[in-house]
Amino acid sequence: MEHSVINVLFVGNNFARIMQGLWTSVWISVDSLAAGLVLGTLLGILRTLPSKPLRFILRLYLEFFRIVPTIVLLYLVYYILPRSFNISWPASWMAILAFALWVAAEFSDIVRGAIESVPVTQKESGLALGLSKTQLFRYVLLPQAVQLELPATINLATRVIKTTSLLMMISIMDVIAIGQQIIEANNQKYPTAVFWIYGLIFILYFIIDYPLSLWSKKLAAKENR
Amino acid sequence: MKKNKLKRRIAIWSVVIVVLLVTFFGFRSSLNDSTGGSDSSVVAIKKRGVLRVAVFGDLPPYGWVDEHGNRRGYDLRLARRMAKDLGVKAKFTQVNANNRVDTLNSDKADIVLANFTVTPERKQVADFARPYMKVSVGVISPKNAPITNERQLKNKTVIVNKGTTAENYFTEKGGVHLLKFDSKTQQFNAIKNKRAAALADDNSYLYAWVKRNPSYTVGIKNIGPNQYIAPAVKKGNKSLLDWTNQEITKLTNQGFFVTDYNKELKPYFGKEVKPSDIVLN
Repeated sequence: MEHSVINVLFVGNNFARIMQGLWTSVWISVDSLAAGLVLGTLLGILRTLPSKPLRFILRLYLEFFRIVPTIVLLYLVYYILPRSFNISWPASWMAILAFALWVAAEFSDIVRGAIESVPVTQKESGLALGLSKTQLFRYVLLPQAVQLELPATINLATRVIKTTSLLMMISIMDVIAIGQQIIEANNQKYPTAVFWIYGLIFILYFIIDYPLSLWSKKLAAKENR
Repeated sequence: MKKNKLKRRIAIWSVVIVVLLVTFFGFRSSLNDSTGGSDSSVVAIKKRGVLRVAVFGDLPPYGWVDEHGNRRGYDLRLARRMAKDLGVKAKFTQVNANNRVDTLNSDKADIVLANFTVTPERKQVADFARPYMKVSVGVISPKNAPITNERQLKNKTVIVNKGTTAENYFTEKGGVHLLKFDSKTQQFNAIKNKRAAALADDNSYLYAWVKRNPSYTVGIKNIGPNQYIAPAVKKGNKSLLDWTNQEITKLTNQGFFVTDYNKELKPYFGKEVKPSDIVLN
């Protein structure tokens, strides 16, 4: 009996379908992270500039995305935005849009913090050498800030990957949605299949997230040395 | 130092390449599910060649996915038939109970065929076509002490699931002792442990459960008012609504739903249930 329950994972295309779902989760996270990190770096630099109104607007942006739950953001971009602006992109693009804006907001704060914690003597030395503002950021502040922001960035990446489990709410067939299809399809014959399916999904998320988390720990330890 | 720089360069470039590859394959796979515009009139559907249907993916036997990844069920068979009669292909969007209306309103689907029960509240936000199925509250009891008539329930204990139509019905009616549970699993365990004389719930669940627990019987198949399951379209989409009404009438007359019942629901419900308990005529 136990044996046949495990078979639920491998009967037909079930395993391939779960992998397909995992791929959807992964590519959406990778693209949202890539877009969000680029935009977030720009916003983070802008937030270190002295202009008060600019800082205020960017602060509002950050707080908005930090406070509004991700599920609400997804609903906004998938159900409300198309209705008011007549955009009809596939669900996955809308998800990337929502996630990238969220990542950008969170990352802008990480970048701002990192740039501000580069010792002020570095900045002054750079200016004394006659570097322009752009050169100062490019050669002095950003390279040192990257070191400081890496652990927090990896942490953000693992959070994004985990949050993709909300994608099923906007009709995207991610790994959780496929898992539920399989569970419900077998609920009559194998009520305990739910443990095996969620167990497998747990292991898959773990395989993706744990190396990232280890890496961030290693980097943090390096920094403290 | 130089070696370090080279290493870093390789690392950066490999990240860039991985991101580009993922983006390429990801976007390529997503092109299949572009939503296809906001016009859901019959003319637009025929021109597009695709009928976009919102369905359940986790509710056997109405809408579910088999182990080969094919969508199946009572609603799915109807969806494919409707697409065939329109002369177009069917394309499915999986929804859950909460986003059925939003999916219609934001033009992600032309029609919802997802076990959608007609209620006065829902009628205000979507247009329902002619119903294609009915459900109502049923009552199960042990075969050796069957309850086949509502009068037999007087002053007896009845198990219900909180928040269901069954609970509402008996609370309003009065005259029975209710024993309420939070989940289906709990309520079915309670009747097995002889905590009550009977259990009331949506009859479609009961048929399936009784099939697996043959010492019980659905003594009362319908109690209280019937509830109807119907296709829903976006509010104001008259052209598709009219077409769907004609289609449901035509399919009912052709006996399509009896065939649909026999193919999709009968294996789950067993012999005790007749098509006329579910299908409308």
